Amino acid sequence: MNKTHLTLLAVLILLLAACQPSTGTPANQPQTLSIMTHDSFSMSAELVSKFEQENNASLVFIQGGDAGSSLNRLILTSVGSPTPEVDVFYGLDNTFLSRALEQDLFEPYQPDALAAIPDQFKLDPTFQVVPINYGDVCINYDKAWFADNQLSLPSSLEELANPQYAGLLVVENPATSSPGLSFMLASIAHFGEDGWLDWWQALKDNGVTIVSDWETAYYTNFSGSSGRGPQPMVVSYASSPAAELIFAETELSESPTASLVAPGMCWRQVEFAGILKNTPNLALAEKFIDFMLSQNFQEDVPMQMFVYPVLPDALLPEDFVTASQIPENTASLDSELIAANRDAWVNQWADLMIN
Amino acid sequence: MKRARSRTWLLWLIPLAFLLYFFYQPLLAIFRQVFSERFNQGWQFFTWSQITQPLLFTLWQAFLSTLLTLLIGLPAAWLFSRFDFPGRKGLRALSLLPFILPTVVVATAFNTLIGPRGWLNLILMDLFNLSNPPLNLLNSLPAILLAHVFYNTSIIIRMVGNSLTRLNPHYEEAARVLNASPWQAFREVSLPLLLPSILGASLLVFLFDFTSFGVVLMLGGPQYATLEVEIYTQAMSRFNLPMAGLLSVVQLAFTLLITLLQNRVSSPRYGKAALNSERKTLRRPVSRKQKAFVILMSLLLLILFVSPVISLVSRSFVTFEAARGERGEFETGFTTRYYTELFQNRTGSIFYTNPLAAIRNSLVYSVITMLVATTMGFLTAYALSRAGRFRRWLEPFFMLPLGASAVILGLGFLITFNRPPWTSGRFPILIPIAHSLVALPFVVRTILPAIQGIPNSLREVARVMGAKPWRVFYEVDLPILLRAVIVSLAFSFTISLGEFGASSFLANARTPTIPVTIFRYISQPGALNYGQALAMSTLLLITSAAGSLLIEKIRLPGEELF
Amino acid sequence: MLRVEEIYKDYDGKPLLRGITFEVGQGELVCLLGSSGSGKSTMLRIIAGLEDPKSGKVCLDGIDISQKPTHERGFGLMFQDYALFPHRSVAENIAFGLRMARLPKSEIDILVRKALESIHMQDFAARPVTELSGGEQQRVALARALAPDPRLLMLDEPLGALDHSLRTELLKDLRKRLHDSQKPVIYVTHDQEEAFALADRLLLLNDGLLVQEGAPETVFNRPANAWVASFLGLGNLVPGKIIDDGRVETALGLLELQTQSEIEIGSDCVLLLRPEDALLGEKAEQLAHHLRAIVRDSVFQGEHYRLEVLAGDTLLQVNSQYDIDPGQPLSLGWLQNALLCLPVS
Repeated sequence: MNKTHLTLLAVLILLLAACQPSTGTPANQPQTLSIMTHDSFSMSAELVSKFEQENNASLVFIQGGDAGSSLNRLILTSVGSPTPEVDVFYGLDNTFLSRALEQDLFEPYQPDALAAIPDQFKLDPTFQVVPINYGDVCINYDKAWFADNQLSLPSSLEELANPQYAGLLVVENPATSSPGLSFMLASIAHFGEDGWLDWWQALKDNGVTIVSDWETAYYTNFSGSSGRGPQPMVVSYASSPAAELIFAETELSESPTASLVAPGMCWRQVEFAGILKNTPNLALAEKFIDFMLSQNFQEDVPMQMFVYPVLPDALLPEDFVTASQIPENTASLDSELIAANRDAWVNQWADLMIN
Repeated sequence: MKRARSRTWLLWLIPLAFLLYFFYQPLLAIFRQVFSERFNQGWQFFTWSQITQPLLFTLWQAFLSTLLTLLIGLPAAWLFSRFDFPGRKGLRALSLLPFILPTVVVATAFNTLIGPRGWLNLILMDLFNLSNPPLNLLNSLPAILLAHVFYNTSIIIRMVGNSLTRLNPHYEEAARVLNASPWQAFREVSLPLLLPSILGASLLVFLFDFTSFGVVLMLGGPQYATLEVEIYTQAMSRFNLPMAGLLSVVQLAFTLLITLLQNRVSSPRYGKAALNSERKTLRRPVSRKQKAFVILMSLLLLILFVSPVISLVSRSFVTFEAARGERGEFETGFTTRYYTELFQNRTGSIFYTNPLAAIRNSLVYSVITMLVATTMGFLTAYALSRAGRFRRWLEPFFMLPLGASAVILGLGFLITFNRPPWTSGRFPILIPIAHSLVALPFVVRTILPAIQGIPNSLREVARVMGAKPWRVFYEVDLPILLRAVIVSLAFSFTISLGEFGASSFLANARTPTIPVTIFRYISQPGALNYGQALAMSTLLLITSAAGSLLIEKIRLPGEELF
Repeated sequence: MLRVEEIYKDYDGKPLLRGITFEVGQGELVCLLGSSGSGKSTMLRIIAGLEDPKSGKVCLDGIDISQKPTHERGFGLMFQDYALFPHRSVAENIAFGLRMARLPKSEIDILVRKALESIHMQDFAARPVTELSGGEQQRVALARALAPDPRLLMLDEPLGALDHSLRTELLKDLRKRLHDSQKPVIYVTHDQEEAFALADRLLLLNDGLLVQEGAPETVFNRPANAWVASFLGLGNLVPGKIIDDGRVETALGLLELQTQSEIEIGSDCVLLLRPEDALLGEKAEQLAHHLRAIVRDSVFQGEHYRLEVLAGDTLLQVNSQYDIDPGQPLSLGWLQNALLCLPVS
């Protein structure tokens, strides 16, 4: 192998890169619609084609990191430029809602399909953003572990501080993890602004493990995952047990994990989408929002993103129904309140639990 | 000499323009933003401790990490450049692998090895009949240090090893004949001559540790925050952009300081004659001491570098799942399921990437990065070698990208380059450019000492014999520099291949790299997802190893190297 | 007195030294001569202890020192590339061996000063060695090797790196210094001019074996075999066959030798015809056997002309007082006692 070979190889690779198959060029030029999402976004290829063909469009997805990152990116890039970087933004959740709205980035749009969506999801009365799906952050537990150790499941947040659950829970740092943040907010909603820190102190005394991110918590610490860690309880999503069933290696009859869904133990994350102000593709963007609220998309959502559709009529996949539970009473806080106090709360939490 | 000077200007111009346009421009743009009126409310939370605490910790852990890395890296470099033993090439290749692994993979690998349910703990629990894992290594400072050593020893091995093979063995031999014991000979003669190279490599290691993010976040846990972690938290989850910006400025300032400091301390004046030997210095270990050293060092390297890699790779072929319901009892078995699953799009997602496509994407970026970074670095090194006195002040200018926050720079890129031609088409050229910025300091640091080591007399002889400047370069400089160029190519290739931060920031969703796809799998629950993440990591390792091996095989016709 | 015994050494799996034995006495300057790659440098390194032989001994004054580490042997070695420590000054380089021997500083200073004086470089003490010219470096390297008063001095092609004029000048200087030092010296070179100028005794190394040992005059007059004659450039070498006691069949005809050779009748040999012994023109024609040749080339060499002539199919070199134009016929011949028949190897 000498220099000539290497140069040839490099040229070859560059040519390969340039000659990627094109996605089809219909007679009239399709209109491009660019959509920014967070990294967890997914959509089936079939649906993408469907939309593209029905609307003579070409969809371009830009993944901007996690929920916080992509919002940040949107805010920063919208500064002082006449046209926004993208046409549609998906992935705003209720913890960031106020912050996004106060930046005045979105074009209000009230699709007809919204009529069918329950009011609990319509957190933005101005309809700058519309709800698309929701997910619940709940504690997952390892069924086998609890069975082996003949331990009863905790039925409330308070019980987690009991000595029989010492050292069995792993949570994520709210400053660096979205489910961690949600869980913290759930505790504030449940215990109130005066009592929540006391409960966390009790948890700390009870040996709770704190890690930085979900990947570590789930795959390093949680006993119910493939990582086979030491803690049988982890802050994750209500849909995670369904994933464990669907993505199991061998056919399992039931999921090895489940969620604790007692009232107040879970936090509902609703995710929104919105059209950016001054987009040149307004009509197409509106069509896409409509599309996201359509039955097809809503029924696609569970398998793609492991969250739940806001459309009540949307059918859930069977594994979802069997393996995951939908909590009845999830914790929630007013989004203005969250916006005003979040940083302070995270600081207080950090001061107590980490330093 | 008029002609020479005009050519020097050109040498400067190209890399300068590159850096100004792709680094300093976006950096200034984002700084202008974050310190503007718009984000003013962030200042209300300001306290000095928010800066000093992460800063002190960052300096401390970087210092410790660098020290430990040297402790292992220097003997390792010695081992590979002085001794010939069976398996030498393989062990060296394996020791260089960790450098490319994305942090999430390293965290997983460490977990499979030293985690609560890793091999080590399982073995210990079995041996001593324990119910709880005795080793609690993760989520601690030792874990951070260990991961840093794991990552960065390859820098020492590559750079110092390069100098070691170039060091004329006659110096040490002359010293030994002159009554110096082998250790004295090393200390009095070889070490001072190697010092510039050692310091240079240490600087790079230090800066890498200084800007460490993923390792601290995932293996250290929440109680440890470096500047970079703070920047990330402030910017991304607290939306406190001015704070993030300020921390980034502090980070850059310290990078500058450290680079200047290192420049003062090392002066390769006498490196010229010392480091251009072409003799083969590999010998079989002869004495008992030598044999013991070779065996012990190889063992250490195997344990430190190879075992996590093997642990990871083996885990990608083994299923633990069969009877998940049984606690403590799991069937193990060989499986290629994870690999075949990689080729399936179970959910029909539009973001599914065929692993071969991901490999291709990664390779394309890496090859481009390799060429861009090495070319730029080469020109920069040449320009610096002629800068004389000014080199001390100019070099940090080119080293700064290494100390810049990936978050801040990423944001800067976004607001500067979010218009065509940068975003048009299926191929984001920004990614290899971002990678090149990171790789550039490595290339400069590798090639510059090599250039300085070319004795002028050789060039003069060639010119006297009538060779034109280009010819002189080709016949004299290039063969001597070839080794350094190859090391640079290999470095930039591996840096690009394993790079995650910039790629995820700037990537077009349809052309993800391997690390991005790994992250996609491991950020979802499910045994198959976990397994596919491991399988993809193994593919990354194989790609990197193959690429590095190919690169290191480059020879000028008739040239015999390492 | 140094003695090496039956040294065997392989390189890259192939034998390099195949049983070398020789001695160097007090005050003797021995030249190890051989072509490149013949193992001369390796021999020095083995004596110095930098490499171990496959088998064999190195003895000093009767004591086997083969197991002694290099820094305890008390030898001096000067490398072909001088290997002056680039990060140290001239004085520091010279002082190095003394410093490693832990001599007191005051004594070191005196010795270094003396050394500098002896090489006429007193003003160079603080100069970095990287600023020295080739000749200056050579002198410093020698001074450095001599400073710790070694029991034996070894020089590995010390003039190899220098250009011709410098070499001749330094050769004279070197010869004086080495003889003045009265130390046993092993001098390695591939240049026979140097060897002849310096050596008390020559050791000729070829194909891993010591093919001849002796004073320069002896070797010059009676080379042991064709290789030695060829290596030393002693003259024309014409292959032949001994057909009878004292008679050799060659391409130039049947020649009679005066001196008996020990070569078996019927075997091959090589005839040495020295250019300086050639008789030309009338003188040649008076011989019993002379050759007719045509002059091909004539080169002025100061004291004589070197003629290249073609006798039959054989090219020969002869010395001539007068210039003879190419194309001219010439008779030439050698006295019987000037002919030497050498074994091939």
